[in-house]
Amino acid sequence: MSSPNPTTHAVNVRPYLVIFATLLALTIITVAVASLKLGESTTVLVAISIATTKAALVAMFFMHLKGEKPMIFWPLGLTAVLFASLFAFVLWTEGDHLFGTRFMDAFGTSPTASSPGREH
Amino acid sequence: MSTDALPYTTTIRPDTGLTNPKLGIWLFLASEVMLFGSLFSAYALLRTGAPSWPDQSATLSVPLATLNTIILISSSVTMVLAWAGAASGKLSRYRLYMGMTLLGGALFLVVKAFEYGEKFSHGLYPSTNNFLALYFTLTGLHALHVIGGMIVNAYLLGPGTRMWTRDHLRFTNRVEIAGIYWHFVDVVWIFLFPVLYLL
Repeated sequence: MSSPNPTTHAVNVRPYLVIFATLLALTIITVAVASLKLGESTTVLVAISIATTKAALVAMFFMHLKGEKPMIFWPLGLTAVLFASLFAFVLWTEGDHLFGTRFMDAFGTSPTASSPGREH
Repeated sequence: MSTDALPYTTTIRPDTGLTNPKLGIWLFLASEVMLFGSLFSAYALLRTGAPSWPDQSATLSVPLATLNTIILISSSVTMVLAWAGAASGKLSRYRLYMGMTLLGGALFLVVKAFEYGEKFSHGLYPSTNNFLALYFTLTGLHALHVIGGMIVNAYLLGPGTRMWTRDHLRFTNRVEIAGIYWHFVDVVWIFLFPVLYLL
């Protein structure tokens, strides 16, 4: 069935195998770093950075996004903005838990400095 | 070129610069990003707002999840090799790698089912706590996506192969589009793995 066909072309698979090896190495690194128990913020930063790198490699090479037409990137750019805003809103509402600080209240005083109502 | 009702399956549409299936799959995946994004942000909201959170790596099995990560990454590679086989007109190579991709998906689900069974046998259910509720929702939705991808891949390995001689370029494009979806399922797992198991 694989007779000469004008619609076929040779594909160099070597880059895909290099990406495969890189993805496996990054998987081992992320597990190793997590097992070191370096502290929550460091672990989160390393794990998310490695995951983003792996996802970018898959998207660029396996999903053929590298060298793709601009029409693909417009909707993806919009999606990225909307996706980021989902997390921006979480940060907005939960920032005090994340950073150990409280936002200033409506009267311009910091609620952590003293409990309102007790100083009268 | 067959006389299709669907336009621009193999030729480039002048105004978009793309084939219709290529633009279509990326628009679909954009909506999928928001679907999973909503659940990931729900995780972030519930975790950052919680006074205490279970030790995830002690609750779940990191070795099994690492194995599943390797299985899914491998199946992504075999998928792209299946496309390369189809693009270069090598049917036996295409069949071998597409078969391996299907096997990878099946293995992933077997490991996942084993993990679920292990949790249930220890009395750990979605109702146990917020973390397990998110774990089962996110991995369950992801597993459904694996099943969906396997159905399409099985069609392209079985009856779908009829298009190989009839309209080879269109068949290759179908494999590429199915591949883009399959790689997306891999990308979702690439984020699920550290978020649910390692952090």
